[in-house]
Amino acid sequence: MDTINILFCGTGGQGILTAAEIVGLAAMYDGHHVKKSEVHGMAQRGGSVESHLRFGKEVFSPIIECGKADFLLSFEKGEHERMKFMLKKDGIDLFEDFVKGQEKITNPKFLNTYMLGVLSKHLKISQESWEKALKSVIKPQFVDKNLEIFKSAI
Amino acid sequence: MKNYKLLSGNEALAQGAYEAGLKFAASYPGTPATDILEYLAQFKEVDAQWSINEKVAFEVSLGAAFAGVRSIYSSKHVGVNVAMDPLMTATYSGINAGFVIVTGDDPGMHSSQNEQDNRLVAKFAKIPLLEPSSPQEAKKLIKLAYEISEKFDTPVLFRMTTRVAHTKETVELGERVEIVDKPFEKNPRKYVMVPANAYKKHIDLEEKLLKMQEFSDNLEENFIEIKDKKLGIVTDSVSYMYVKEVYPNASVLKLSMPFPFPNKKIKEFCSQVEKVVVVEESEPFIEEHLLQMGIKCQGKHYTYRVGELNPESVRDIVEGKSKTTYPQAGRKPVLCPGCPHRATFVALRKTKVVVAGDIGCYTLGATPPLSALHTTVCMGSSVTIMSSLTKILGKDKAVAVIGDSTFCHSGIEGLVNCAYNKTKGVIIILDNGTTAMTGAQPNPATGVTAKGEQTKRLDLVTLCKACGADNVEVIGDSSAVIESKIKEYTAKDELSVLIVRIGLCKMIDRSKKPAPKFYADKCKKCYMCVSVDCPAIFKDENGNIKLNENLCAGCNVCVQQCHFAALEAAK
Repeated sequence: MDTINILFCGTGGQGILTAAEIVGLAAMYDGHHVKKSEVHGMAQRGGSVESHLRFGKEVFSPIIECGKADFLLSFEKGEHERMKFMLKKDGIDLFEDFVKGQEKITNPKFLNTYMLGVLSKHLKISQESWEKALKSVIKPQFVDKNLEIFKSAI
Repeated sequence: MKNYKLLSGNEALAQGAYEAGLKFAASYPGTPATDILEYLAQFKEVDAQWSINEKVAFEVSLGAAFAGVRSIYSSKHVGVNVAMDPLMTATYSGINAGFVIVTGDDPGMHSSQNEQDNRLVAKFAKIPLLEPSSPQEAKKLIKLAYEISEKFDTPVLFRMTTRVAHTKETVELGERVEIVDKPFEKNPRKYVMVPANAYKKHIDLEEKLLKMQEFSDNLEENFIEIKDKKLGIVTDSVSYMYVKEVYPNASVLKLSMPFPFPNKKIKEFCSQVEKVVVVEESEPFIEEHLLQMGIKCQGKHYTYRVGELNPESVRDIVEGKSKTTYPQAGRKPVLCPGCPHRATFVALRKTKVVVAGDIGCYTLGATPPLSALHTTVCMGSSVTIMSSLTKILGKDKAVAVIGDSTFCHSGIEGLVNCAYNKTKGVIIILDNGTTAMTGAQPNPATGVTAKGEQTKRLDLVTLCKACGADNVEVIGDSSAVIESKIKEYTAKDELSVLIVRIGLCKMIDRSKKPAPKFYADKCKKCYMCVSVDCPAIFKDENGNIKLNENLCAGCNVCVQQCHFAALEAAK
């Protein structure tokens, strides 16, 4: 299998790092070599956040090369414009799904989970690993609600 | 079944040190190195502490190594500057049990004031240097670092960069090995660095360097991969990963222990390939050494000494190009909604004084629209810079602004110096009860240790009085009150400390008060409310004021700016 490159972008507080962590864990549970890279110096104060997630047999660079992202998950319009160039020619831009999600999901705290549901349709990661990853990152009292939202996007 | 986890480079390093029998750790928080100590603090076998600054952290961790247990010091790259005094002599005395110095370098300045390359410290201090290229390798190399430290009786410099430190990777966890404590024997020739002893130790050190060079030459972690012989790349750290990504067929010499340089291996590699290119981040550390050895090689254009490398820039370097693209500016970070510092900066902006700032969240007060911070150099420099600004510009022309943690780090010395040298002026301590910028670590004024235990709490008021401040007042009110207090104290011919305590940092105290009411019909669109630079209140595309009630913490600093009653505090 070729390395899969997923780029997440948005601003601090949108749950982007959490979302990338869940995909990374799910891929790891399925036996992939995972690298995930982000810089979290100023993110907590509303600055830009981007997270590069790569998995496959053997991953070298922790960051995605320009124009090589298979998927782009943007959580904010400005950041989407800024990061679009990272997507490869036939790469999949999920920003429209995000806009739809904003209409569908009333509590913005669950939007990241909704987007993971959307992404899961495109990835060959087992449902079992997705659920295990969600459970290991999300607080127990919110697991059921997140699973429901994750499934609603599939 | 093997136990795999997704660990960051820092966590993998800390896990590796733990498995290597580590018993002592000291650090001062600083991105990208903070989470090393946070990870180690969870283990009951490890005595882990936040020290008040890096010099102190270095000395206590060196002391633990003298006492006979494996020990670690960690800080960001500029923190090592603060620790340089003990560092430069610990290299002469050597250690007893293994001692590793971790530097978190920050190429690209994701969260720093400079991008100094601390590989040069290894050469300057004459100590071995290890550099991992990934979290998996960080875990492996930290164990090697303890072996080298004990084999050669020397501290080892372990260089992480932001990219390696914050990348997460699947890492296999192992078991901890318990190491027997080494007895401490009184040995003045080793531990008392007076000239006569230090002279002999310097001779020993030069001999040690030759032996370490031979060790580096035989080390399998400095490895050669021969593929296509047309292109040979010498590389280290995360650059190795970019090279593997972009030039999978090139021949590579990967240096995990670049210093002392493995000269034989370098010659062996370079003689086998047609063209030698050095790919390294920051300074031309390896390139200069190859040139010194008389090896014809291509380094990088000087423009690539600035910033981080990435796969595209590695291609540029190999093709001999200069840097043409610079990172695009993303959204600027701002003080959190409800941040207790905001009111002070709104007040300072109105006073028009020069504000000598410091390192912390409040450095964010420098950018427009607050624009209320005019110098930032290094930790603790607000107090000292202010003392000279007031002497030369006038006592009411400048103030110092410093956070509680930074004041404990190196602001206290500045205050003592102010009192001793008759400075007249005002120091504002922004006390939010934590080390906020790095993610809310406790400090002496918090009264909690790195392990989460209660301890003696430093009383800032008593301390400042004892240091010689004429006036010490604790205030915690609206920006108007802070403004009047600044004016009152700058007018005095005295040394004053104003401790502003409005509330705790919002990362600790997440409680919220209701958002204010906004009456659009009363709004004159003067935008004074927006000028407080809060993410919860902003101008929309049509120039209308909008409140984000989800973000708003109800601090009412924006309400205090409205002269038309368009904003009203919730009752």
